[in-house]
Amino acid sequence: MRVWQFTEQPYHPVWDAVPGPLKNVLPNSHIDPRIAADLYDQYLDQWQMCDDLGINILINEHHATATSMSASCTLPLAVLARTTKKVRLMSLGIPIANRPDPVRVAEEIAMIDCYSRGRFEMGFVRGAQYEVFAAMGDPVTQTRRFGEAYRLILKALTTHDAPFDWQGEFFQYRGVNIWPRCYQDPHPPVWMVSIGAGPGAWIGEQRARVATFLTGRDSKKLFDGYRSRWIELGWGMPPPEQFGYMAMMAVADTEAEAKRRAWHIAGYTRTQTRLAPQFNSPPGYTPARFVALDQRLRTDPAYVAESRTVQRSDGSRVPLYDATIDDLIDAHVVFAGTADQVFEQVRAYNRHVGGIGNLLMMGQGGDLSHADTVDSLQRFSRDVLPRLQDLQVGDYQPAPATPQPIAA
Amino acid sequence: MAPLSESTVQCHGVSAEIFEQGSGRPVVFLHSGDGLVHCAPLIEGLSHSARVLAPSHPGFGHTALPSAFRYVDDLAYFHLDLLDQLGLDDIVLVGASFGGWIAQEMAIRSTARIGHLVLIDALGVRLSADETAVEIADLFALHPDEVARRSWVQPQRWARNATQMSDDELLVAARNRESLSLFGWMPYMVNPLLRRWLHRIDVPTLVLWGEADQIASAEYGRACAAAIPGAVFQLIAGAAHYPGVEQPAAVASEIVRFAGLPACVPASTAALAGAQAQASL
Repeated sequence: MRVWQFTEQPYHPVWDAVPGPLKNVLPNSHIDPRIAADLYDQYLDQWQMCDDLGINILINEHHATATSMSASCTLPLAVLARTTKKVRLMSLGIPIANRPDPVRVAEEIAMIDCYSRGRFEMGFVRGAQYEVFAAMGDPVTQTRRFGEAYRLILKALTTHDAPFDWQGEFFQYRGVNIWPRCYQDPHPPVWMVSIGAGPGAWIGEQRARVATFLTGRDSKKLFDGYRSRWIELGWGMPPPEQFGYMAMMAVADTEAEAKRRAWHIAGYTRTQTRLAPQFNSPPGYTPARFVALDQRLRTDPAYVAESRTVQRSDGSRVPLYDATIDDLIDAHVVFAGTADQVFEQVRAYNRHVGGIGNLLMMGQGGDLSHADTVDSLQRFSRDVLPRLQDLQVGDYQPAPATPQPIAA
Repeated sequence: MAPLSESTVQCHGVSAEIFEQGSGRPVVFLHSGDGLVHCAPLIEGLSHSARVLAPSHPGFGHTALPSAFRYVDDLAYFHLDLLDQLGLDDIVLVGASFGGWIAQEMAIRSTARIGHLVLIDALGVRLSADETAVEIADLFALHPDEVARRSWVQPQRWARNATQMSDDELLVAARNRESLSLFGWMPYMVNPLLRRWLHRIDVPTLVLWGEADQIASAEYGRACAAAIPGAVFQLIAGAAHYPGVEQPAAVASEIVRFAGLPACVPASTAALAGAQAQASL
């Protein structure tokens, strides 16, 4: 099992200083650029250290938000491509439906793959719903734009004989001919992300790797949908390398200290709801029939939205954003404790979902300090990582597909 | 008086629902981004003087959105095609808000079937040279309560409230909002080229504007009217962005007078009948 270190690179100093929304509308006058520079240094130092810890590097991006200063995932990956030597580097991901210029995305991918001598893995995301406001990409055609941008990027990365033209619904180019080309042949591995189970089959058809985050036991449905599609297509059982799961992760010498660290990391989830409601459901991001159903259900005071909960071991569900650390550990959303405890937690999750080849760790989140993050990562590398290399799940069969419930 | 009727027509492969009431000279009403909800009193009021036809734009109401439709141009050509197919001549074309944008896009292309043009708090035109000037409030990025406050003189009466809506009304509202964002997301609610072609509107034009409109101000409305040759600008008191809903009798009366339609019945009767017809929209 490969492991990856991730942080959203939060600008957490402002979280308690201002009330209300942290995304889209909080003016950047709240940033002190000297503090931002210090935080960037810490986050980059943590990733740099991973090169010696055998932990790979995972970076995402968000826009116009105090929850993440990573306005570009390719910029820090380019920095780290030059300063690291061993570990792999993943963008997860580039929001290609919101990018006006997919060919530029392909060029940056080829550059990072060369800088790193073939250590890049390219993840593409649709992007969070509130990001369409910052990007001004219309939400109604977003998935179609994603599909066309994805095909264009792959075409640009794999065409080596002549310039080509592209006359698409959303993108038009003449003479596409990117320089350089990717170091890896034919191109870096592709990753895509889903929270829900729905896209599993489609991502499987692309032969892309699939990642999900903070979904706990629910991620099994996504992975099984992927596996079932491969089996239907006659490709056999996909290897664990095709799957990745992100959980919040803290290791310490005592369980109490690890849980304290996890609580700081979970500032990530506690701030997710600090968003003005109009940005939560841009028209077209979710099909109208689901929007209407959701509005109907919300007129019932007892309604709890399915997407905001995770499943405990007893089958009950708990709201993700204000759960206790014990609940989140029980739900496989947090792996936290001593090295032995974390190993057992990862092993239990891995068995439940049928085996994954990539553990994507949010080793820093919220206002977890640099020192705590470094200590946690070092302990993980020394005391947990070696034991993950021979995890076995035995003879796993994906669960038969069941119709997806449209609401809880 | 003929009651409100509903029919579905096929026009070049696009299916559209059309509500119709009254007889006489055709008045074609193009609805706002909110669809035809609350529009029955205005249609009823006009139906005493004219044959009112109110089609749903493709993607709005129960009318399907063709997958190839992406621009307001598509809606303008669709409605021009519909006028051809229905053989309507010398129409009074009335467009409210987003529908006013479509009406202007139609009129710069062809006024062959248009006798009079009426724009009610119409969107679609960019006037300011200052790139940062907000001429049309962002319906998607403002809090729903703020949108309601800017849209209505009486928001508590008119703003949508899910607890009082049927499942079908919720679905239609969600479809309307989705389609509005498709056509109006970027550039936001305008065609940057529209301003330069407004000189092609060569029919008598009346621009009505809600006095209290804070989605697009009356000042903006007056400037839009000035960009259309000979257009008459008239404020509607007691209304914000939706005068056709908040002041249907006054709006109907202005339209009737401007287009020279036969006189309207008293407003109170129209409002009463309208309230009865409202459920079917």
